[in-house]
Parts: sequence; structure tokens; C-alpha cells
Amino acid sequence: MGLKQSLHKMKMKYEGTKMAPAFNAIHTFLYLPNETTHNGTHVKVADDLKRTMNMVIMALVPCLLFGIFNAGYQYNLQTGEVTKALSFFSTEFWNFSNFSIGAWKVLPLVIVSYGVGLLVEFIFAVIKGHEVEEGYLVTGMLVPLIVPVDIPLWMLSVAVVFGVVIGKEVFGGTGMNILNPALTIRAFLFFAYPTWMSGDKVWVTGAVDTVGQPDAISGETILGSLAQNKGFADWSMMDQFLGFIPGSVGETSKLLIIVGALILILSKIGSWRIILSTLVGALSMGLIFNGVVEMGWIDESSKFFGLMNVVFWQHLFIGSILFGAVYMATDPVTASQTNKGKWIYGFLIGFISIMIRVFNPAYPEGVFLAILLMNVFAPTIDHYVVEGNIKKRAKRLKVKTA
Amino acid sequence: MGLLSKKDAKLILDPLTDDNPITIQVLGICSALAITAQLKPSIVMAVSVIFVLGIGNVVISLMRNIIPSKIRIIVQLIVVATLVIIVDQVLKAFAYELSKELSVFIGLIITNCIIMGRFEAFALGNGPWRSFLDGVGNALGYGVILVVVGFFRELLGSGTLFGFKVLGDPITKTGLYAIGYENNGFMVLPPMALIVVGIIIWVQRSRNKALIEEN
Repeated sequence: MGLKQSLHKMKMKYEGTKMAPAFNAIHTFLYLPNETTHNGTHVKVADDLKRTMNMVIMALVPCLLFGIFNAGYQYNLQTGEVTKALSFFSTEFWNFSNFSIGAWKVLPLVIVSYGVGLLVEFIFAVIKGHEVEEGYLVTGMLVPLIVPVDIPLWMLSVAVVFGVVIGKEVFGGTGMNILNPALTIRAFLFFAYPTWMSGDKVWVTGAVDTVGQPDAISGETILGSLAQNKGFADWSMMDQFLGFIPGSVGETSKLLIIVGALILILSKIGSWRIILSTLVGALSMGLIFNGVVEMGWIDESSKFFGLMNVVFWQHLFIGSILFGAVYMATDPVTASQTNKGKWIYGFLIGFISIMIRVFNPAYPEGVFLAILLMNVFAPTIDHYVVEGNIKKRAKRLKVKTA
Repeated sequence: MGLLSKKDAKLILDPLTDDNPITIQVLGICSALAITAQLKPSIVMAVSVIFVLGIGNVVISLMRNIIPSKIRIIVQLIVVATLVIIVDQVLKAFAYELSKELSVFIGLIITNCIIMGRFEAFALGNGPWRSFLDGVGNALGYGVILVVVGFFRELLGSGTLFGFKVLGDPITKTGLYAIGYENNGFMVLPPMALIVVGIIIWVQRSRNKALIEEN
């Protein structure tokens, strides 16, 4: 008797008990449930919520792997262990030393994120007596990718509990949440423990511990140095595109994010409208700022000059705007639902992200704030799009009957 | 409760639990968010509101038969304003630092919806003794929430209670801080007060299902 049969048999035993939701979660994660509908319409599709979520996780795996290597690479680069990687497949990057240092740092983040998050989900499912929902599978993967590599694990656990309970469960669980849970977790960390979430000491592992020592490690990101009018440091365009730069764990490699975006778009899970309009929004804000510099309205003494002077398309390669656009803004629950709404929603995310990035040096990366803000406005946008549509059709009806 | 009849005791006890002005009626939220970052201002605010609402209810109740109903709101405002100014002056005279910390929020007690609400809903239709109990009860209900929120926000946000470093010293790294604990900066920000109040409402409603509205 295979695992599948014994699981089906065990299901009978758990039927109706308090632990049934917990058991069902494991059961349906491994196999298709042995339930069939008996009446009504029969639509046979394989991509239920769980498969959809798994697809997103697949799209995230390249970013995670790259993040592991990059965490080690950034450390080794500063200690002089490796030299600068010049091409994507360089052995200076893909080697065991980088991997082991990175894995030692990143895997605990993944384990804590999933462990704590799923525990909260299980507890809620058992108390409320509903099935465990799949929503956390993606959130749990996103969380380690959007935090600095050195974040203490207990802080991450506190934030995950907060994000899942306040961001999701109080609204009724997966599918009912207003805010993206992963970003709620990041926002909580950002406001609760700002010294661990921003500044020039947290983005490369070991930087915090070596502050003030002669061999101190710098943990500055490109955005950070731009905000202080110090330019791009010595990171080339290629470094930024391939992702050999300091930053949150999974957001550095633009190349792999584009690969992930293609997976999401081709499998029709992520909305290309949102991704595209977010980028358009970011570019237009960048163009406006470039225009301001061009007109000579601000000069080099301004504290905004460094970021305003960035050529508009380069904004897409620094910071996490691309990661946010592909994996965060497209979250189907918190985004706008109507097609026209998606364009507006995405455009404003990009627009506001770059605005926060430039105007608020205290928040060098505004992408997560912009997405959370637009999450709140998404239902309003949808409402007016639908209203507008109704009005247009009502008018058409009047013309016809007249 | 030998001192109070059962009906009178209800006036004091109900607002503490199932008829709480903040968590059930959702009134007076503004000040609850603004001054609860620390425990001391929360308590001072609670005491001030107990004073204003207790006395105010009695005054309005005594005048209830001679106030023309067309101008009753103005009369009520004058009564609250007078009492609030007394509180403000006392604080300025005897606790200047605290009054600076509470700044405009003592003055804003005038616009606290709980006070006008109790005047309108209770004092205008009941005798002075019962109005007094109702006023004190509602102000206590308000105060309890303030103190609970203030307790958690100060403990988790600054690691202190009444200014005493109960969790150790964050700079010299003693106590909890020695093992890597850090203060939660979010707790000090007003949005967190809203979330803490929300959690209290959540806990209260899941303990007493009768409070959940039908939709």
C-alpha cells in the first residue's frame, strides 16, 4: 500500500476531529484530494490555488539561489577572498565558499519564515475549524528574499507573526487580506527595527559586527550611496543587471527577476499589465526628475541631486523596483481586479516608488511603501472603473432606445 | 456592593466591560492614539477625564430642567470647557513637564466624543447621583483601555514602565538587551496604538460573541 492510500485511509480517521484541517493541509499538499463533486458544473482544471502558488515559488527559486551565492560573494569580495565577477557564470561567484557562507545565513531565514508562518496558519485553522490555506506558501518564500541578510531571526519571527495575524488572519485569511502579507512583514520590520533594516551597515553579512574595526565591512547599497550624493560607488551597469551588488537577499539580480517574470507571465499567473504599467510609472517619474535637473531647477548642492540625476531607465536597475513590480504588485488578492484598474494601479506604484526614493532619504527604498499604499487604494480604483463602465453602457442604452 | 444598589453598580461596571466607550462604542479614539506611547501620560489623561466627566455629568444633570433644549450643546460645551481649563491649569501649576508632554490633548478633552455623548445620552435625563456614577464609570472604561495600551506601548516600545528601565539598559546592554533583544520602534508610533486597540477589540469580541454585530 502506497503513501497515497494510507493517507486516504488516515483521512477517515481524522474526519471531523479538531486536527482535521492540519491533516488535510499535508494531504492535499502531497496529493490531489480524493474528493469529487457530485452535482453542478464540472470544470476540470489542474491549477488550483496550490498549483498556482507552487508556480510562483518556482519563479522565486532562481532568485533565492542567486541570493544565497550573492550573500557569500559580497562578504568574500570585501574580505578579499574572491575578486570581482565579470560575467554571469564566473567562478568567482558560483563557488563553494560563497555558497556555504550564504547558505549559513539565508537558509535559517527561509526556515524561520516558513516555520513560524505555517505554525500561525495551522493554529488559526485548528481554532477556526477551516482548512489551512495555501497563501503562506508564497509569502514564506518572499519574506527571506526581501530582508537584509543579517536580520536577527527572532525579529523575523515577531514580524512574521504580526504580518500573518494582523495582515491576513484578522481579515479572514487568504484571499480576504487588504495588504500584501509579505510586505506587511517588511513594513513591520522597517518601522520596528529601523537600525536593522536600513542604513549602510546591514546589507552585507558581517558588516554590523565589524563596525569601527580596521577591516570593517561596508554594507552600503547603491541607493544608499546615491542618496548621499556619492554616486554609484564602483558598481558597473553589468553588476547591477546581473545582481552582483549588495541589497536585500533576493532582489539584486535583475536578470533572474526577468526570468521569473517570464515564467509568471507565460503561465498567466502574474498580470503583465501590472508589471508593465509599474515600470512605465517608474520611468515617467524618473523622466520628470531628469527634466527637473535638465532645467537647472536644482544644483549639485541639493540633497536630492544624487538620485534625481540618475538617468531615468537606470532607476529600474537599482533598488527593488523590478522585484516589487514582478512578485509583489502582481499579488492577485491585493491588486486591482479590472484590466483598466490594473494599469492605473501599476502606474501609480511605479510613480510613487521613485518619488519616495528620491524625496525621502530616510526611506531610500520606497517600493514596499508604494505597493502597500496602492494595495489600500486598489478596491477604490476598481470601484470607479466598474462605475465608469456601467455609466458608459447606460449611455449607450439610452442612445439606442432614443 | 453594599454601598450601591445593583442598578447603580451596573452604571459603573458596564462601561468597563461590555459597554466600553473605546472598544465597543469606538469613541475617543483620537486621544487614545495620541498620548498612549507612555504609561504616565495615559494615567494622567485617564484621571483628567474621570474628573471632567464625573463633575460635568453632575453639573449638567443638576441643570437639566432649566437648560433650553435649543442651546443645550452650547451649555454643555461651556461646562466641559470650564472643567478642562481647571484641569489644564492644575497640571501647569503642579506638573509642568507632564502638561507639556500632553500639550494640546488636555485641551482637546473638550471635543472628546465620550463626554458630549454622556451628557446628551445620560445626564440630561437622570438625577445627579446616577449621572455621577455613569460619568465615572464611562471615564474609567476609557481610562482602563488607555492604561492597557499605554502599558504595552511603553514596555515594548521603550522597554520602560513609568520611565523605569524594567527590561535592562539598551545602551550598556544589560538585562534582556544583553541577549540581543531590541525595543520595537513601531510601538512608539501612533499606528501601533490603533492596532493594539484593535487587538483588544478582537479579544473582547471573541470572548463575548453577543458583541459581534450582524451584517
